[in-house]
Amino acid sequence: MAKPKLKEHLINREWCKGCGICVHFCPKAVLELDDQDKVVAARPEDCICCRLCELRCPDLAIEIVTEETTRPEA
Amino acid sequence: MAIKDYIRERFFPHMWCPGCGHGIVMNSMLHAVEKLGFSKNEIVMVSGIGCSSRISGYVDFHTLHTIHGRALAFATGVKLGLPELNVIVPMGDGDALAIGGNHFIHAARRNIDITAIVMNNRVYGMTGGQFSPLSGYGTKATTAPLGNIDHGFDVAQLATAAGASFVARSTTYHVQQLSDIIRKAILHEGFSVVEVLTQCPTYFGRKNKMGDAAEMMEWFKDNTTSIGSKAKKENDALIERGIFVQKNIPEYCEEYDKIIAHAMEGS
Amino acid sequence: MDKNIRFIQGNEACVEGALYAGLDFFAGYPITPSTEIAEHLSSRLPRKGGKFVQMEDEIASMCAIIGASLTGKKVMTATSGPGFSLKQEALGYAIMTEIPCIIVNVQRGGPSTGLPTSVAQGDVMQARWGTHGDHAIIALTASNHQDVFAVTVQAFNLAETYRTPVVLLFDEVVGHMREKLVIPEPGAIPLVDRLRTSVKEGVDYHPYLPREDGRLPMSDFGSVHRYNVTGLYHDMWGFPTTKPEIVQGLHRHLVDKIRNHVNQIAMFKEYYLEDAECVLISYGSSARSALHVVESRRPRGERLGLLELQTLWPFPYQLIKEKCKSAKYILVVEMNAGQILRAVKRAVRNPERVFLANRVDGVFITPTDIRNILRIIMGKGA
Repeated sequence: MAKPKLKEHLINREWCKGCGICVHFCPKAVLELDDQDKVVAARPEDCICCRLCELRCPDLAIEIVTEETTRPEA
Repeated sequence: MAIKDYIRERFFPHMWCPGCGHGIVMNSMLHAVEKLGFSKNEIVMVSGIGCSSRISGYVDFHTLHTIHGRALAFATGVKLGLPELNVIVPMGDGDALAIGGNHFIHAARRNIDITAIVMNNRVYGMTGGQFSPLSGYGTKATTAPLGNIDHGFDVAQLATAAGASFVARSTTYHVQQLSDIIRKAILHEGFSVVEVLTQCPTYFGRKNKMGDAAEMMEWFKDNTTSIGSKAKKENDALIERGIFVQKNIPEYCEEYDKIIAHAMEGS
Repeated sequence: MDKNIRFIQGNEACVEGALYAGLDFFAGYPITPSTEIAEHLSSRLPRKGGKFVQMEDEIASMCAIIGASLTGKKVMTATSGPGFSLKQEALGYAIMTEIPCIIVNVQRGGPSTGLPTSVAQGDVMQARWGTHGDHAIIALTASNHQDVFAVTVQAFNLAETYRTPVVLLFDEVVGHMREKLVIPEPGAIPLVDRLRTSVKEGVDYHPYLPREDGRLPMSDFGSVHRYNVTGLYHDMWGFPTTKPEIVQGLHRHLVDKIRNHVNQIAMFKEYYLEDAECVLISYGSSARSALHVVESRRPRGERLGLLELQTLWPFPYQLIKEKCKSAKYILVVEMNAGQILRAVKRAVRNPERVFLANRVDGVFITPTDIRNILRIIMGKGA
């Protein structure tokens, strides 16, 4: 299967509580907490779409949208 | 995010603290449910009292938020009432194993087809950080300010001895394993127990100087290992993760259906 | 031999009533003097495709029936004093979540382990206030097997109508004695099923939004509406809330739905009240002795009457006041230290004319016991 291509980091700032789990565990250090303690994708170009941030987020506040997933789900 | 189909969005953001492991368990569990492809109308979630048990309010299934320690008793009634339902019971360590210990043992003994998810954060979080039966010797809590003298026990061994036919353990660090285990636990026909080591950074973590949520998850990574691994043989203190028991034995509702058939042919 | 005529224990009469009413699920735990109910149902229920489970304790039994009721079944559990004490928390849960269920308490000597095989009627106040918080409850009782049957059927009807737990307060004498029971033909007594919602799939269903008539349509777990049930104060979706106006509204609803229907729920039997100078008020097996006193004294010109209560809670204050308004004396007959006595005193205009004939020693109260008190009241001395 081809490597998924990142479209965007969909971040729900209302749900994000700034716990820092996604930032800490991102293998490519893509994520950071901004001055309001909400996560932002500081270096999206480095994202490898591993989705560990999405899977480990306690608040369901971050979603990795790839080119593939923007097509309607089968 | 497809798992958003399975939540009651109007009640988000949820009430758990920043970094609470229960949110991760919910996340993994919803991924498991999504993979299973059941209709939401076929799922009943029964929980007790505590931070863990609040999960039922947030998910879009038939949900039953009961009283402290008694979730499995309610769930037994639901399952016997309508055995076709998939009954999932998330509970905290205190809820399932302190006040609920008796019901835990007997649900396992009956091998009734219910999936128990014990979210073990080693503390009573909702009430402000008292120790639980699984806190462990020497830990600090609001009711053990001078150090806990209670020892815990091995939930997997207890479940196994009581008769559970599916027993597994994972952690909130190991999300992919956790989701896979939950999926298998739900599919399993019989009493399934999944113990999840999860973090309470606000109370257990803070009182026992274990760092923030991410650091507590690192602790899960460093202090657990796969069942029977070389690392375990070298260091017995490591906690094993994986599926301990998975066996096919008579399930309670099916056995009772036989009783009904037997009774009805006689009359 | 007519299968409809039975010579059985009161406990079995209760079983017959429950099955007639449509009982489908029973969870229980053995305790004297109620165990026979569980034993009979363990064979009767599977015979009709219903389910019986002996749970690990009384608390689990109460919880299991609540769970099963949510799947649409008519449910019951049975116990005695110590088990009734254990069930209180879960009983309160059923009240708060408005889930129909029947709890039989075959009363025995208390408190504590008390007298497992002896009669008492000491749990009347506990049936009213056993669980914490302000709440309403329906509690019924009966003095003979035909009424045990009828009152049991009524209990199911009331539970389904008002979406509430109903307590059946029987006692060891009625539970264990043997007497004739005639089981009515199916359909002879009308049965009530819970009101179920007609809201279609995909349309928002609010499980805790009362209709204009105050009723709350239910939806079975497993069907098309998914909702939350919780013992916390909750909004119309069943989601926990602490908003004062919602809490106030729910609290009022829970209490008023029973209180506003006292007259519909009140069941009683009356004997010779029209000209009674002294009205005996009794219930359960005590009423058998009370009735004996009334019927044996009337031919001698004594103007005694009996008001036998079948509904204990909500207490029919108005009814008592009316039935006793021309009485010179009121004698409450019960096997406890005076529990209904207090309610009767509150109901009547002259509480100083209300007296108690009672026994609390485990011995069944006799007509002689009652007559002795009557003599003292009437100034005739011991």
